[in-house]
Amino acid sequence: MNIKGIVAIYKYEMSRTFRTFGQSIASPVLSTALYFIVFGSAIGSRIGEIDGVNYSSFIVPGLIMLTVLTQSLSNASFGIFFPKFSGTIYEVLSAPISPFEITTGYVTAATTKSVIVGSIILITSTFFVDLNIKYPFEMFCLLILICLTFSLFGFIIGVWANDFQRIQLIPSFVITPLTFLGGSFYSISMLPEIWQKISYFNPIVYLISAFRWSFYGEEEIDLYISITTIFIFLFACLLTIHFIFKTGYRIKS
Amino acid sequence: MTAILVKNLNKYYDNGFKALSNINLEIKKGEIFALLGPNGAGKSTLINIICGINKKKDGEITVFGHDIEKNYKMARSKIGLVPQEIATDSFEKVIDTLKFSRGLFNKKSSTEYLEKVLKSLELFKKRNQQIRTLSGGMKRRVMIAKAMSHEPNILFLDEPTAGVDVELRQSLWKNLYDLKKNGVTIFLTTHYIEEAERLADRVGIIHQGEILMVEKKDKILEKLGDKRVIITINKTSKNLKNILIKYNYQKKKNKLIFSLDLKNNRNSVSDLFKDLINNSISFYDVEIKKNNLEEIFLKLIDQ
Ligand SMILES: Nc1ncnc2c1ncn2[C@@H]1O[C@H](COP(=O)(O)OP(=O)(O)OP(=O)(O)O)[C@@H](O)[C@H]1O
Ligand SMILES: [Mg+2]
Repeated sequence: MNIKGIVAIYKYEMSRTFRTFGQSIASPVLSTALYFIVFGSAIGSRIGEIDGVNYSSFIVPGLIMLTVLTQSLSNASFGIFFPKFSGTIYEVLSAPISPFEITTGYVTAATTKSVIVGSIILITSTFFVDLNIKYPFEMFCLLILICLTFSLFGFIIGVWANDFQRIQLIPSFVITPLTFLGGSFYSISMLPEIWQKISYFNPIVYLISAFRWSFYGEEEIDLYISITTIFIFLFACLLTIHFIFKTGYRIKS
Repeated sequence: MTAILVKNLNKYYDNGFKALSNINLEIKKGEIFALLGPNGAGKSTLINIICGINKKKDGEITVFGHDIEKNYKMARSKIGLVPQEIATDSFEKVIDTLKFSRGLFNKKSSTEYLEKVLKSLELFKKRNQQIRTLSGGMKRRVMIAKAMSHEPNILFLDEPTAGVDVELRQSLWKNLYDLKKNGVTIFLTTHYIEEAERLADRVGIIHQGEILMVEKKDKILEKLGDKRVIITINKTSKNLKNILIKYNYQKKKNKLIFSLDLKNNRNSVSDLFKDLINNSISFYDVEIKKNNLEEIFLKLIDQ
């Protein structure tokens, strides 16, 4: 096992992150603050409570998800796309390091960064609402699990992409819409029945439901179904990555 | 001892282009091997396959007996690669990028060793600078330092001296010699024939994906090296042409340039002198020139 290799990749990725840390933190914090002002204070005060939680607090888990999902995707996809783009990938490919170890280095770094950003948003939100997190430990585990899963997914996108547009494609055309429609700002039960049914095909619904459960103890969808969904997605990503490296797809010519 | 063994290697790129065909090659431990060939011959492709950057179609490659696919960790841990293109994260510091390289190869960190490498490549003063603040030649040296950072047994250099000034090129050659002294095997590609002539123990010539010849450098020079004898005569005589009719020569003012086949006729030089003297053609300067690799190379790929 090439532990030093994994650590080298991890450290490199983290230092790349910290080089632009101000910017990578400032922008999610700013947009979260804006959401709280617009949805929480301005509109939320007219909405009242959902499932016994006041609206400003209700949107906190969804807001964290919104940022953390896109962050995980973009961190991980950029992490592997950039070396491909700049040519520095040669070194990783010629090193005695296995695909599993390479993936571990990049994905754990992306996960770390997303968890940090998620935590910062959580802290920011306490300036706007009173938060009582019912299951803090479970909340943190779920956050890590979700960041990890989407970092894996982002890693796949980064390997698949051969230009900058493709990197943006899935986050902006798939993940962001699905997150908005996945109950970040509302409860699925508020939708007409037909849309509720359709929502169950949206995997993000399960993430948000599980994550919101850790905050308020209310589950919209059975917790075990949600967590199983997350794990299925995680394993699907792992399998895809295994396949990618086995065939050298888009990395080796 | 064999450092690298390539057997029946073929390579097709995804677009169907056949970049290498039936390559067989053995590199011995501790030698400097130079691969020469025109643009697009397949030099980089061959290096990249051995180092794990490109996939091969078939054939077998071992590095110190370790198969590069089945036992890739063992094989790659022996190899340092300086690719043809300079590729670095320009915002990274020189010392950090070396630490990264060393870590990737699972080596215990050693600032002491890395500083030694930096000193030998005259980069020590720049060690805490971002790579973007270095000159092009320095960046190339950083690439070389990265490849050396994990103490490889074999160093691949794909055109190491492209875009490097004369002074640095010579100091680089010295570096390579020092490495060789320490038992490092060196595989380099180059367009500068002079480089191969100066450095290499053996030279391989590749053209359109095929290896045309692999020989000891001296042997190639000897084998294909017709010698040219250049004689400067005092005054030309009218019947010069008749006297020299059996020779293959060119005349430039009062210089006569003879191409002599020394390999098959060991007396050719003395025969020529006899003919000149017997016909009272006096001369005051004699120069004997070997064909250099460049001419040999052009001759080979012409065929
Ligand atoms: N990714 C690729 N897809 C298709 N063809 C390729 C690819 N990479 C290289 N080739 C082709 O393979 C051949 C060999 O290329 P290679 O880079 O090995 O040449 P080279 O000998 O290193 O040349 P140079 O001296 O210019 O560096 C060329 O004809 C090139 O066009
Ligand atoms: Mg090349």
